[in-house]
Amino acid sequence: MTMRAWVSALAVVTGLLAVDVAQAQTTVRMSWYSDGNEGEVVADLLKRFEAQNKDIKIVLDQVPYKAINENLPVQLASGQGPDIARVVDLGGIARYALDLRPYLKDAAYWDANFGPFLEWMRPQGDTNSIPGFMTQLTVTGPFVNKTLFEQAGIALPGAKATWEDWAKATKDVAAKVQAPFPIAMDRSGHRFFGLAISEGAKLFDAKGEPAVIDDGFKRAAQLVYDWHKSGVMAKELWGSVSGAAYRGANDEFKNAQVVMYMSGSWQIAQFDKTVGNAFDWVAVPTPCGPAGCTAMPGGAGLVAIKTTKNPAAVARVMEYLASEPVLSEFYSRSLFVPGHIGIAAKGLDYKDASPLAKASLKVFSDQVAGLSPVAYKLQGYANNRIIFNAVISRVGQAISGETTLDEAYKRVASDVEQQIAERNKK
Amino acid sequence: MRLIDWPMRGLQRLLGERRMAYVFLLPNLVFFSLFVFLPLIINVVFSVTGGAALFPSERPYVGGGQYAYLFDCDSFLDPGSCREDHFWRGVANTLRFTTFQVVAMVLFSLVTAVVLNMRIRGRGFFRAVYFFPVLLSPVVVALIWKWILQRDGLLNAGLTALGGQKILFFIDPGWAMFWAVFVSIWAHMGFYTLILLAGLQAIPADLYEAAEMDATPRWRAFWRITLPLLWPNLVVVIVLALIRGVQTFDEVFVLTGGGPGTATLMVVQYIYETAFSNQVQNFGLAAAASVVLGIVLFGLTLAQLAASRRRSA
Repeated sequence: MTMRAWVSALAVVTGLLAVDVAQAQTTVRMSWYSDGNEGEVVADLLKRFEAQNKDIKIVLDQVPYKAINENLPVQLASGQGPDIARVVDLGGIARYALDLRPYLKDAAYWDANFGPFLEWMRPQGDTNSIPGFMTQLTVTGPFVNKTLFEQAGIALPGAKATWEDWAKATKDVAAKVQAPFPIAMDRSGHRFFGLAISEGAKLFDAKGEPAVIDDGFKRAAQLVYDWHKSGVMAKELWGSVSGAAYRGANDEFKNAQVVMYMSGSWQIAQFDKTVGNAFDWVAVPTPCGPAGCTAMPGGAGLVAIKTTKNPAAVARVMEYLASEPVLSEFYSRSLFVPGHIGIAAKGLDYKDASPLAKASLKVFSDQVAGLSPVAYKLQGYANNRIIFNAVISRVGQAISGETTLDEAYKRVASDVEQQIAERNKK
Repeated sequence: MRLIDWPMRGLQRLLGERRMAYVFLLPNLVFFSLFVFLPLIINVVFSVTGGAALFPSERPYVGGGQYAYLFDCDSFLDPGSCREDHFWRGVANTLRFTTFQVVAMVLFSLVTAVVLNMRIRGRGFFRAVYFFPVLLSPVVVALIWKWILQRDGLLNAGLTALGGQKILFFIDPGWAMFWAVFVSIWAHMGFYTLILLAGLQAIPADLYEAAEMDATPRWRAFWRITLPLLWPNLVVVIVLALIRGVQTFDEVFVLTGGGPGTATLMVVQYIYETAFSNQVQNFGLAAAASVVLGIVLFGLTLAQLAASRRRSA
């Protein structure tokens, strides 16, 4: 055999082997949205997984937040969609989630470390399935531009300060430093309900059915409404768009136009990177109302999807990502509050975070202990986004002057009732 | 061409020359059936079903329930009195938007076409300038104008530089609607100008020469010669602008998000949000609303066809 023939034969054998490996590979598709750098972190972690597991190839589709909330449910309803998805509307997606329990090597690890959050991902009536795990536990809460307070010569309100105290202080600061947004609150029902529950909103009746409008809710809505009238809040967030459209004030906060930004822990990594040393920003404990000082819990879960053709491979990917060392690294690099009981108990070293980010993470982590049971119940309620959307849509209309608050209350109640009835129609 | 020559000849022999026309129509008919007529039928089916499921077989039949819900109003003149007030607010806004937009668009397009039809210096350049926005995606158009109009946008920067106050265009309902109409006209005027320009160029020059010899004033020549002869083009422009106005979504959605409140919420945005944005994707209600919108558009299309027929007669 000539040298040329040997080379050809070797090439053929190599080619056949490559084809064999490729054929043996299972592809797992993952839809992922990012608030900060977590897309880069997970891509890095998945590369490591692929290096150790040559039989699985992971296709990571990085999509916008809007696509996860609006396109993914339609995809899933049509029987399409990825094998794994990072979702926020845990209750809404629950019926499409795969129960990983039969495929997991150690289901007890999941029960022990993700137990309280698994309830958020399960369909109503299901108390056993393991659909996924939390990529982060989020806590709503305010960020404050400390530099603006210092420039105005006004002291930051203390830990137990009320919403009214903060409204007054931020308005005074804004007036002195010419900032257009004393308080900016994301146009999001989730953000609003931290305030509403602090004001005494109970949200559910004795049977556990939604009863959104009560005195606590009205107090909170009235506060937000009055703040828009008095200039504590600018209409550009709640009063500028229609329906359930989300609107945040990230850019305004980064540009030092906001004195207090009511958002949440998922913003830390972003602010750490983008604000840098431009000004001092701090996370402060959630302001208090007559019923307490609660934030809203939440977060994004990584959920396995029922329609997958490769549940075993999906379970292996999920097990890898949910394992303590990998998840610790993920939380630590993306500056997220852990949604893993064991890691939270041990504490996490956010090595790459700036002192400002570390301090903020501590404030948000400390808030977890003070979360109201009503807040947990709302977060775990499968139809919670119906409530969130109805509230921002109708209160938004009142703020923009299109309707009255009383009319908005009636509309919130009827929207929630009608949409839940539509969902339950069989 | 030779490759398909013999099968074509064979088919022609088999079917006859007249029936061959249908052979050529068939591929397009199949395409239209799959991507236009079938979705239309599915939409009508969805409009008489309820629930949150996506597959028609899993959706309970509700008859005219979705339509009854849509049309449950104490007074159609007051959207706030309707159970589904957002739909009627969308209808009212769409009517308002379309009326302002069509009137202004036709007027501006006509004036621009008349000017661009004159022998002015740089005529080709100006024609290109007015047509350029037509080439842009509506989303790009909306984003450009959003950058100009937002709190820290170009326009407010200019206003404050001149010692004025910032105007928050997107939180005042009147301003928001004004800019929605303005941006839409800016983006699409070039297209209608082009149609009118073609009409103006088709008017025989000797009519104007005769009018000039009779010492007819220019405005009278415009009134007596230009407008009557341009009328068929104008009708097409009006009907096309009406159809576009009723269908408006992307530009206004990106520019104002339908707000403030629901001041610029259009019917198509309502349909989109009802079907896709809400947690319960209410496909049935959205389908019923789109059937209603479809009927309106069908009426406008018939008007356009009638106008075109009259023009060619």
